[in-house]
Amino acid sequence: MDRFLQYAATGLSAGSLYALVALGLVLIYKSTRVLNFAHGELATLGTFAAFALVSRGHSFLLAFPLAVLSGAAAAVLFYFGALAPAQRRGATLLGQVILTIGLALIVQGLVAFVFGTEPERMPFPLSDSDSRPVGPIYLSELSLGTLAASLVGCGALYLVVQRTRLGLAMRAVSENLLAAQTLGLPTRRILALAWGAAAALAVLAGLFLAPALLLDPYFMLDPFLKGLAAAVLGGLGSLPGAVAGGLLLGTAESLAGAYLGIAFKKTFAFLVILAVLLLRPEGLFGRPFKERI
Amino acid sequence: MDRVESYREELGFARGRVNRALLAAPLALALALPFVGSPASLVRGTLIAITAIGVLGQNLLIGYCGQISFGQAGFLAIGAYAFAHLQFLPWPLALLGAGLSAALAGAVVGFPSLRLKGPYLAIATLGFGIAVYQLLANVSWLSGGRTGLSVARPPLLSLYCTDVLLLALFAAATSNLVSSYAGRAFMAVRDSEIAAESMGVNLTRTKLLAFALSSFYTGVHGALFAQFLGHLEPELFNLGEVLTQFVAITVGGLASVEGSILGAAFVVLLPALFGGARWAVPVLFGVAILAVLVFQPGGLAGLLRKARLYLEQWPFR
Repeated sequence: MDRFLQYAATGLSAGSLYALVALGLVLIYKSTRVLNFAHGELATLGTFAAFALVSRGHSFLLAFPLAVLSGAAAAVLFYFGALAPAQRRGATLLGQVILTIGLALIVQGLVAFVFGTEPERMPFPLSDSDSRPVGPIYLSELSLGTLAASLVGCGALYLVVQRTRLGLAMRAVSENLLAAQTLGLPTRRILALAWGAAAALAVLAGLFLAPALLLDPYFMLDPFLKGLAAAVLGGLGSLPGAVAGGLLLGTAESLAGAYLGIAFKKTFAFLVILAVLLLRPEGLFGRPFKERI
Repeated sequence: MDRVESYREELGFARGRVNRALLAAPLALALALPFVGSPASLVRGTLIAITAIGVLGQNLLIGYCGQISFGQAGFLAIGAYAFAHLQFLPWPLALLGAGLSAALAGAVVGFPSLRLKGPYLAIATLGFGIAVYQLLANVSWLSGGRTGLSVARPPLLSLYCTDVLLLALFAAATSNLVSSYAGRAFMAVRDSEIAAESMGVNLTRTKLLAFALSSFYTGVHGALFAQFLGHLEPELFNLGEVLTQFVAITVGGLASVEGSILGAAFVVLLPALFGGARWAVPVLFGVAILAVLVFQPGGLAGLLRKARLYLEQWPFR
């Protein structure tokens, strides 16, 4: 039983990071109807910004908020600079997806240019190896920090979306763009903010993933795919679904690794994607698709 | 724009003088390259021909039929490994086998496309591509384990000639296909599924055909690529390969045969130009994509079309 709990808790901490990535993906999908293939790269950009600041001797307290802001700024810039003009010219869904791929390629190349492709170790205030007893199990400082950070990230997003006027505007825009425009909402700025918030969440996840993985320009690819799986599991159109999907995926993956073998753990996320898409494409929390003719 | 005077001319492969000139120029270049080009340019020419076959296939699925697929790396790997395992057969049969096994996989992957649309289909096919990679990385009798599989590599000149010939065949077949019933059905499905269905287009058949055909092309691309490299490892078929193909069809031009070839040339020649600075390649790819989608959605093929129109109507505009 302890073993089960131990693995479940470790998985929960990994899953909370998938949830952050998935939340960002869903936020972007809900607001602009674009699947953001540059989500991992936005996180990479922010994490490398933090790495640059920390390795120049700045404190974590300065580096982390700046990193989150830089990721958000890059996303806002992309929205205004590329996505909005393309949407104005009537770009197709495919065109918009390809745009995000372009952004991903640019960020990958620039990060490789500035920092090189050699894997680097990210300095981090919390240790990966020092464990604290929590009830019958042990969790590393990093896992506890990860859980706390994801809780803060999800909580902040919940408060913004559900309790502020800005969140109300965001929900209105994602519900019906034309109606929101008619009511005088500055839809472009609101959509840009949604992109920024999504990127901020992704950077937060990247910062807490970095100490466990080595930093290189491609280190977010795997977490991005897991986040995508989590978002699909919860339903691409549902914010609570993204959180539930992330936690569920992380826990299930960790348990699969423990009881079914480590090779199974790697492919687990894709089996989940395929199973969900074949059996219930709208995800656990999504509304079934309806098409109006 | 072109005045067509008889039905015979309407059915012709290349209509009008400008079109014939545009068709003849690259053919002449391809014929002249073995005599005047250096070995390095032959290598690039071969690679362009190989890549263009795959891009043509992907353009059939994405550009013409409008189904977003990220599974190309998987089909590429299936084609390449099938070819490597079928080497004991005569070459044309091995190539056909590679194409057919990829086409079979394509038809199977196409099934979700009957239910899934847009981003969901993209995710499902992405999952397929990664599943193939994982399978190859973990099953050593398929992939030859740690040492990889080796493939017999013919001399460069014969490789160049066969690949360019195959590209010409595939390009001709594609441009005929897209103006046949099947091609028009693809475009109808892309533009509106419901409208296409009510006009009597069989959605299931059309989508599965698009998937199978495009994966056939990609399988042949994989087989030729395996022959070109002479050595196979699962790492060759990662997500980066998919992204390169997306760059090729976007920059070349969606739903365009000449665009596919131009796009393939773009993704092969650009890294060769920037051989020293590897980081610059993805940046330039990305900038090219953004520039094309924001300023010139037709891609290089659209640019070509505009230039042709300008030339034909000069000095009027």
